[in-house]
Amino acid sequence: MSGFVRHRRSKRIHATFPVFEADLLRSLAAQIVELLHNESAIPSATRDPLEQMLDFSGPTTEPEDPVLLRLFPNAYRNDEESAGEFRRFTEGALRDGKSRAAATIIDVLEEAGLPTEPTDEDLTIDVELDQETALVWMRSFTDLRLALGTRLGVEEGDEEYWYSLPDDDPRAQAHHIYEWLGFLQETLVHAVR
Amino acid sequence: MDPGVQEDLSLDATTRLDTPWVTIVWNDPVNLMSYVTFVFQKHFGYGKKKAEKLMHEVHEEGKSVVSTGTREEMERDVQAMHEYGLWATLSKAE
Repeated sequence: MSGFVRHRRSKRIHATFPVFEADLLRSLAAQIVELLHNESAIPSATRDPLEQMLDFSGPTTEPEDPVLLRLFPNAYRNDEESAGEFRRFTEGALRDGKSRAAATIIDVLEEAGLPTEPTDEDLTIDVELDQETALVWMRSFTDLRLALGTRLGVEEGDEEYWYSLPDDDPRAQAHHIYEWLGFLQETLVHAVR
Repeated sequence: MDPGVQEDLSLDATTRLDTPWVTIVWNDPVNLMSYVTFVFQKHFGYGKKKAEKLMHEVHEEGKSVVSTGTREEMERDVQAMHEYGLWATLSKAE
């Protein structure tokens, strides 16, 4: 496991993933895409259906899902009206950007040879990113870690707790993946610098 | 025109211009210190030293004022921070 490294001459950023890791990354990125598309961006409860159809602006109330609330936090504390206005004008674009970034991870992995249904366990996937694409991956890794960290309820300095869980505890396994993403992110930040 | 009204309007405009807004980044347990520093350098164009100082403030004091300007400028900074996955808010400078 070596993460991302910058090629000295081409300045491009490389990583080699065993096929199961590439497959895992793809499935995590796909879940983010789905999460961002699934929950209606416009709160629909108790509104006139015609009014709803004609309203092309963004949502004004905060998302119910804690992961989405972390991805799209309130921009104003203690000022609901301004927070709602900010949300209306920004959340749509933020959702699209995050969704496109996750889709970029999927596209790059598949272009690098990740099969739809991997069968050969020994296959490795070499990815090569230019600076701009590396930045997109970095932002999307952040979204993935925020999603996983929020679902797990990760807190500052709680490593001991996670290590104390039995290996077969699904939360321990999810936390392993969270840490793995953190490792990849760390190497990516250093490779891009 | 009533001169009193005129005066009130200009006073209001001056007050608004004089009150700067700030972008605040809050600590979260997920984002890596190296990444937060990187974002401050990349988005605000800060040098490594300043970016690290702000990152440490976020990490150790729970929050840091990372930029100052008009309300519109701060809304753009907050939106950019949310693009990067940092937890940011804006408010009037204290």
